[in-house]
Amino acid sequence: MSILVNKNTRVVVQGITGKEGSFHATQCKAYGTKVVAGVTPGKAGQDVEGIPVFNTVRDAVKKEGCDTSLIFVPPPFCADAILEAADAGVKLIICITEGIPVNDMVKVKRALRGRDVRLIGPNCPGVITVDEAKIGIMPGFIHKKGIVGVVSRSGTLTYEAVHQLSTLGLGETTCVGIGGDPVNGTGFVDVLALFEKDPETQAIVMIGEIGGDAEEKAAEFIKKNVKKPVVSFIAGITAPPGRRMGHAGAIVSGGKGTAAEKMKTLESAGVKVVKNPAEIGNAIKLALGR
Amino acid sequence: MNVHEFQAKQLFAQFGVPVPRGKEITSPEAATAWANELNTPVFVVKAQIHAGGRGKAGGVKITKDKAAVAGLAKELIGKTLVTHQTGPKGRQVHRLLLEEGANISKELYLSILVDRDSGWPIFIASTEGGMEIEEVAEKTPEKIIKELIDPAVGFQGYNGRNVAFALGLNTIEPAVMNPFIAMMGNLYRLFMEKHAAMVEINPLIITKEKTIVALDGKVSFDDNALFKHADVQQMRDLNEEEPLEIEAGANNLNYVKLDGNIGCMVNGAGLAMATMDVIKLAGSEPANFLDVGGGATKETVAAGFRILLKDPNVKGIFINIFGGIVRCERIANGVIEAAKEVKITVPLVVRLQGTNAEEGRKLLAESGLKLEVANDLWEAAQKIVKLTGKAA
Repeated sequence: MSILVNKNTRVVVQGITGKEGSFHATQCKAYGTKVVAGVTPGKAGQDVEGIPVFNTVRDAVKKEGCDTSLIFVPPPFCADAILEAADAGVKLIICITEGIPVNDMVKVKRALRGRDVRLIGPNCPGVITVDEAKIGIMPGFIHKKGIVGVVSRSGTLTYEAVHQLSTLGLGETTCVGIGGDPVNGTGFVDVLALFEKDPETQAIVMIGEIGGDAEEKAAEFIKKNVKKPVVSFIAGITAPPGRRMGHAGAIVSGGKGTAAEKMKTLESAGVKVVKNPAEIGNAIKLALGR
Repeated sequence: MNVHEFQAKQLFAQFGVPVPRGKEITSPEAATAWANELNTPVFVVKAQIHAGGRGKAGGVKITKDKAAVAGLAKELIGKTLVTHQTGPKGRQVHRLLLEEGANISKELYLSILVDRDSGWPIFIASTEGGMEIEEVAEKTPEKIIKELIDPAVGFQGYNGRNVAFALGLNTIEPAVMNPFIAMMGNLYRLFMEKHAAMVEINPLIITKEKTIVALDGKVSFDDNALFKHADVQQMRDLNEEEPLEIEAGANNLNYVKLDGNIGCMVNGAGLAMATMDVIKLAGSEPANFLDVGGGATKETVAAGFRILLKDPNVKGIFINIFGGIVRCERIANGVIEAAKEVKITVPLVVRLQGTNAEEGRKLLAESGLKLEVANDLWEAAQKIVKLTGKAA
């Protein structure tokens, strides 16, 4: 078991003939992911390392039975690409693209509401279920099959945590990057709920950062619903208010969304909060009594 | 991206949100000319900087004497204003807004932004205009009115009525009910069409003449959507930005200047923030946030070095790279090449982890460069803090 994706997941890569798209589609396939189709309008009939390219997601779904889309389409066209995937009947949409206008995401999120489709991202590294499917841009080899679920708003900081878990021999089940944008698809709460239900996942790492109240919402949910140990790191305790720290969503505004406040709220929900990101792995080890 | 009050008010006027008659002024002569044309009982001269708290800092002058306007303009242009939002260095005034005064009967607050929880645009309103909204929210949360707008259908009349009645406009001044509701619709249009990140009117006033007027205005834009709006891009004022941040932006680097002594260069925004935090935990302060992006190359690293070294506060540099798709030996070569090009005058600690980290570390150790190599994040942070402690 795992969450969201596994060895049976059939992936279509939107924007597959672009530089990023072709590189990562190939990497994902090499990891063992069933990358069965790609989409670039006007390039049907071509192939990328043996992956057939279609003009539309609808065609890709019809011919290859894709259930998951991985999106590398540039920001100006990305809202369109997400909605196209949803309309074609794809059930899971993982959007890597960084820099989508917020108002575009406002409309996309509204359009997806109530529909049987899940969006991960945008502006995220993607999702990996170790040794089964890598659907994103994370380096596959740092992962090791194991018992910890990882959910994060950041990319490289997630790799940092994964590296620690793998080195300590704990390993991971599934790692989910929910993205650094202010308006995104799936939040912490949904992923935490999935990890809580997943029998293979014994502990959870949650990596948050300044801005918004996703961590506070997660704390509330954990308090009521999560029995598994959760270790958390919140980036940005040194970030000045009112300044955006790289991610569009990483900003303390009006005194809200500070790292200190998030840490406090999570601690009061029973989460083990580490101040030093180098301690994430050890904290999990300790929480599991290993 | 932020813009000046006078630019915000130009946009308001363009979208049918009432504003006082006013104009951007950059010289006392222009002030006199515009004052003559304005011909109003009260003149307001407002310093234009991208920071709040201008009034308290002496950046807003009011006079009934037309002849005094030029003098006030002369006094303000070139003056450095220190407000609670500028930091201790303050901000020099380059331009003014000269506008007509208003007969204030009541001050309100109104803003619109995206509510991150629902992902819908949200209006925030209050009868406590003229005060900082954060302060109102903290002390009297019951005086904050919120109205979510469904982006599928946009602003509706009932959204406006909900806010207007909650503010008590029907008793405060019934004549402004409908103009207020219409104005909210216009603000929503401005917000969505121009891809604003926030529009704030504080205060929004009811005048003694029973009209509503945006007496102040603050608009910021979504940087990700600027490509859609050439007119908005032209409103950018580089005087209001940190020079090193402008240079970083030109090199596609994400850089935020801070006040500490340890310059850091990191791949990825989350890890960059975490690196700052670890420096603090190790007993020092970060000089900056710098994300060189997922694919750090020789060119980006060299540009990063140049920017970090231009900050006179930087007493040491910490490079923290988690090699993923980009392999560490390539990054190590980038650091070596960049360090040869840019003369590094301060202690340097490089921490490499991830893909081919060992090869990368070996290359660095054998490069002959004066630097310390580290495997682990915490070890690296302690090293650079110790080294800069000696250097300082």
